[in-house]
Amino acid sequence: MNPQVEAAFARLPEYFAWHVLLSASALGLGLLISLPLAVAASRNRHIRWPVLAGASLIQTIPSLALLALFFPLLLVISAASEDLLGYGFSALGFLPALLALTLYSMLPIVRNGTTGILSVDPAIIQAAEGVGMTPRQRLLQVELPLAAPVIMAGVRTAAVWTIGAATLSTPVGQTSLGNYIFSGLQTENWVLVLFGCAASALLAMVTDQLLGLIEAGAARRDLKRAALGAAGILIGVIVALTPLISFGKPASYTVGAKNFSEQYILAEMIAERIEDLGGEARMKEDLGSAIAYRALASGEIDVYVDYSGTLWANVLNREDNPGRQEVLEALTKELAERDGVLVLGSLGFENAYALAMRQDRATALGIESLDDLARRSASLTMGGDLEFFARPEWTAINEAYGFNFRARRSYQPTFMFRAVTSGDVDVISAFSSDGRIAADDLVTLTDPRQALPPYDAVVLIAPGRVNDARLLAALRPLIGAIPVEAMRDANYSVDRDADKRRPVEAARALSQQLGLD
Amino acid sequence: MADPRIALARVTKTYGAHQALADVSLEIAAGEFVALVGASGSGKTTLLKTINGLIVPDSGEVRIEGEAVAALAPHLLRRRIGYVFQEVGLFPHLTVAENITITPKLLGWDKPRRAARAAELLELVALPQEMGLRFPAALSGGQQQRIGVARALAAEPHIVLMDEPFGALDPLTRDGLGDDYRALHERLNLSTVMVTHDMTEALLLADRIVVVADGRLIADGTPQALAASTDPEVAALLAAPRRQAERLRARLGEIA
Ligand SMILES: Nc1ncnc2c1ncn2[C@@H]1O[C@H](COP(=O)(O)OP(=O)(O)OP(=O)(O)O)[C@@H](O)[C@H]1O
Ligand SMILES: [Mg+2]
Repeated sequence: MNPQVEAAFARLPEYFAWHVLLSASALGLGLLISLPLAVAASRNRHIRWPVLAGASLIQTIPSLALLALFFPLLLVISAASEDLLGYGFSALGFLPALLALTLYSMLPIVRNGTTGILSVDPAIIQAAEGVGMTPRQRLLQVELPLAAPVIMAGVRTAAVWTIGAATLSTPVGQTSLGNYIFSGLQTENWVLVLFGCAASALLAMVTDQLLGLIEAGAARRDLKRAALGAAGILIGVIVALTPLISFGKPASYTVGAKNFSEQYILAEMIAERIEDLGGEARMKEDLGSAIAYRALASGEIDVYVDYSGTLWANVLNREDNPGRQEVLEALTKELAERDGVLVLGSLGFENAYALAMRQDRATALGIESLDDLARRSASLTMGGDLEFFARPEWTAINEAYGFNFRARRSYQPTFMFRAVTSGDVDVISAFSSDGRIAADDLVTLTDPRQALPPYDAVVLIAPGRVNDARLLAALRPLIGAIPVEAMRDANYSVDRDADKRRPVEAARALSQQLGLD
Repeated sequence: MADPRIALARVTKTYGAHQALADVSLEIAAGEFVALVGASGSGKTTLLKTINGLIVPDSGEVRIEGEAVAALAPHLLRRRIGYVFQEVGLFPHLTVAENITITPKLLGWDKPRRAARAAELLELVALPQEMGLRFPAALSGGQQQRIGVARALAAEPHIVLMDEPFGALDPLTRDGLGDDYRALHERLNLSTVMVTHDMTEALLLADRIVVVADGRLIADGTPQALAASTDPEVAALLAAPRRQAERLRARLGEIA
């Protein structure tokens, strides 16, 4: 078998188990909340509209945004509970994913539940009262059984939605089948992306069929059929969850990573070093850029690599640029004072924002610096990664050089490189350690006005781990040990189209090359 | 004197501007069989439903065996009163036998007792025992109506309210069922209020006929007393069966 597919299959039991646990819990919780809501909405005309409108409104929020919004919300609630009750809870991972998916599953159940109950023949409702049923008996013995097929149809829709949307829980730190899709997108490993999509689609289809059996059973009052469907679901969930019994035990260290190749490679390196010294390491990959630091500060993750300029602008909200060394020193001091976070040190290379162009095009236009670029910008198109134009760095260079681009476009990083090599855009935002700069024949433009802050890769340690001797001993040898060329090569070995390495392989090769193993 | 089984005192019910019941007072004793007749929309169903609390009057009072309906738990009251709906309203997800014994089940009767009761009632309404296992959708309209009657009688109530219970039956079955019910009524000393459009049926089965028009009771008496009434509306109601009987005699006489 293809080694990529083999590697994908190896992770399937864990990813699948989390995906099933997450979807099943969200659907169960959604049902638990939605059914009483549907009953209330069918009973009371005045709350019907607000309930249905509220559920529809949730549906209009893009599911990825809904998932992301729960992180800060839970962080605030967790801090409050820490203050009031003395204990907090994890604001990352399972909880935000569960809550967002639960909300997401509600609309079809509430809507079908309300319609189902309301469409029971009034003559039958009156007969239920006439034979002496209490309102509760009427609901349980007449209305719900008669509405069951319609309600089950809603549950089916909700299940398919939930299973699909659960792939989006990867960026908030919850393992799911989405891990295949997100890391596949990042490393341009389409086999992995397809694998993740197929697995989640298959799960949705099988679930839909089993719930369909229950629905048909309810509609035809065929108890055997319904029981068969229910048993199928139950057995499926139990079998899917068995791997979690071993995978689920808490790891001693959680290593965070944002969503690009360099981060995966460095996280693998860190994890390997922790394991070499007898610790257990667990990865939390694909964290959003803004989420990662807060996750560290709140102890959700124990260690990750960030970049000095990012922390300077996003965490300390600074816009000035006092120089590389000063930024590093100020960060070390202020993050320790403010959040108790330890900046262990710089890895030795920078992954700075830089603007890059095709070599031939830059030569033809006579562009070497951002000053040159600014003079020509009116006839050029600029491409940025998804967050670039919203970042302070963009504001800073824009103010310093006064760009006036003909057009601006945002891309997923891998597509951004495609766009510049194909000539769809003239200049892109890139990172200085990106292996594709050399591989795609791009040049980075100089920044004579020093508008872009420095971006030293720094190792950050969570407040609860700053005195953890084993962790610090495992990580100290990395400080100052990775030159930018080595990092670029490692990144490229993962990003390139042919003969791709997996991040874990690249990490091993890098350690070997640098004599760190 | 003992309390009447059913007593309505100055009951009114208004829907918007329409007065469905206007100051209705009525007393029905144990063992009485009352037929409620009147034009469509005159308020018969409304009157029947105020008796078991399905409709709450705007004013006035309803008493059952001396107790004010407004003060009773509605579900407990209704388990004591059999009700046959104009629309029948069988539960489509329950078998015929389960439909028949729904009130006994709510009252906590055990399974064997319910099964025996279902068998007994299927026999009373002249339907084969195997029908008990079917679902209502697999029954004809007339058969469903008979199950509706069986369901009303299942918990052995003293009071039975029937809203056009035999409307969808052929004349022969209707006659037979009417007679059988009348016998049961006498044997168990029931109080029965039956709404019917069929004046002949009312005259043949009931001890007492109450005529409703525009939410008012315009006549109340034995069939004989009604026949002697000089009220033009009542006379008009009785004219139809009389004329039919005369024409029948004439035609059948001719044939013979
Ligand atoms: N829920 C309601 N809302 C408004 N009007 C109603 C309602 N129920 C009954 N009515 C009106 O009250 C009047 C009496 O209705 P009721 O059902 O008692 O008539 P009925 O004598 O049983 O007629 P039928 O012989 O056609 O069954 C009718 O005019 C009817 O339109
Ligand atoms: Mg009626």
